[in-house]
Amino acid sequence: MSELLAIDNLGKRFAGFVALENISLTVAAGERVGLIGPNGSGKSTLVNCISGALRNDSGSVRFDGQVLDGTTAHQRTRRGLARTFQLPRPFASLSLVDNMRIPLFYTVAARGGRRSGSAIDARCLELLHEVGLEAKAQRLPRELTQVEMRKLELARAMAAEPKLLIADESMAGLTHSEIEDILALLVRLNERGVTIILIEHIMRAVMSFSRRLVVLVSGRKIADGRPDEVMRDPDVERAYLG
Amino acid sequence: MRADLFFVVCLAVAGAVFAAAAALGNDYYFFAGYVVLQYIVLATAWNILGGYCGYVNFGSAAFFALGAYAAVAVHRLHPLPIPALLLVGGVVSGAVGLAMGYLTLRLRGAFFAIATLALAVVLETLIINWEYVGGARGAYIVRPEAIAPFGNYIRYLFLIMMLLAVAAITLARLIERSRLGYGFATIRDDELAAEASGVPTLRLKLIATTISGALMGMAGAPFPYYIGYLQPSSAFGLDYAVNTIAMPLIGGTTSWVGPLLGAVLLGSLQQLATVTISSAVNLLIVGLLLVGFVIVAPNGIIGLVHKYVQRRPDDFVGRRRIGTAAAPGRAPEPAP
Repeated sequence: MSELLAIDNLGKRFAGFVALENISLTVAAGERVGLIGPNGSGKSTLVNCISGALRNDSGSVRFDGQVLDGTTAHQRTRRGLARTFQLPRPFASLSLVDNMRIPLFYTVAARGGRRSGSAIDARCLELLHEVGLEAKAQRLPRELTQVEMRKLELARAMAAEPKLLIADESMAGLTHSEIEDILALLVRLNERGVTIILIEHIMRAVMSFSRRLVVLVSGRKIADGRPDEVMRDPDVERAYLG
Repeated sequence: MRADLFFVVCLAVAGAVFAAAAALGNDYYFFAGYVVLQYIVLATAWNILGGYCGYVNFGSAAFFALGAYAAVAVHRLHPLPIPALLLVGGVVSGAVGLAMGYLTLRLRGAFFAIATLALAVVLETLIINWEYVGGARGAYIVRPEAIAPFGNYIRYLFLIMMLLAVAAITLARLIERSRLGYGFATIRDDELAAEASGVPTLRLKLIATTISGALMGMAGAPFPYYIGYLQPSSAFGLDYAVNTIAMPLIGGTTSWVGPLLGAVLLGSLQQLATVTISSAVNLLIVGLLLVGFVIVAPNGIIGLVHKYVQRRPDDFVGRRRIGTAAAPGRAPEPAP
């Protein structure tokens, strides 16, 4: 498998606080990686640095053979790097179907894909169908439940037709069956060739999804490997159980 | 409705209004109507940045005044026909809009609004100290009495402003339904999520500030000919800044209809008050209406209509619908 994402010695500090320190991580195409760590360990900061929402202070991020440093978030999305937000951030004034339209207009069309109006319309409904929201296509995001909002967030990231999808806590606060729903969706995506990094607190979900587990504690990577081995790691146990 | 058809309909309406004003046989109607039309352009221009993108510009008067002063400067150099001045005013104010965008768009909310207000003060100071265009004393422009084939000059100015208003509304409507309009809406809703969806937010915001500034400058260019005597304190007046914001807010900011409604309503009311009471009550009217609308209809007249007919905003104007709850895989109905 070829290398898709390569993070090299990445560092980020907020004033005096070191949020990330010398993070190095490689993800191969087609992988299913779980990223875990206690609250405040820097998971979301790492996602923000990879996706371009934050600038890293040191180190570099390489994606699909190109160095990303200095590129904006929308350029990264167009290169095939999509992310969801920990707290869903839908476009509140647009209907669900129009929410899907945005990545199609600005990412897929910019790459030269689907340009015609009817092809885009059809794709929008297909995406909503995939997450089970097609019946609410004309509704506004505020009419959705929490789980639907998270599905919308995922569908919008999927609409950008990414090579790598970073799902930032897509399941917090959901019930068992809702978690199963979202996991199944992610697995389906992965089977279609999308590499996925899953950031999650719910261990059951992470363990069942991930083929590889990366653990962050206090801004440093302390473990990286097969999930069962990582969970037996004494450092990881100490971080989680004190 | 297609954009070209819409443009023709607008022109037809404009023609009817012009014919009606001419039939009344009193040039005062042209004189008053010009101001209303000018506000339609200003409000529509403001709404492209303020309503569509969510960036509140308090410096509208500066863009308007720059257009007017560009016309004065060109007039001093070599008198040109008004349509050419319109172009000059548009280019100057558009360029300032672009520059303002670069300097201030990292600011959000109230901070952006304050920055635009500061820009207006800086530009006014510059104009006051520029002797060539009259400085603090102001500039006189002697306009011809009549111009063939329009007859009275004020009719000519009225016609030009009317065409500009039609052009501005058509442009706003076009933007609203285009990819650009969707991009603007995502900026208003959530810039971080917009970037994550591939929207180049900075570029789109610069497009908005440029278009908005250019339209305001075009609205200002014929103003010296209308008023005859232009001075900084009137061209940069608070009335323009306040009215230009109040009109879209009263009409509704999500669609081109809002600024049009607001400008016609508020503009006419102010003209009426000017002749029946005094021009001093104009700002009072704006203030009272704004307070009233904030309480009763925070989304403007458009919002009120939506509430009344119980439809979602997207159904009414702007966004087109596609296959409601269509079965998966089935092709949606072709867009109208």
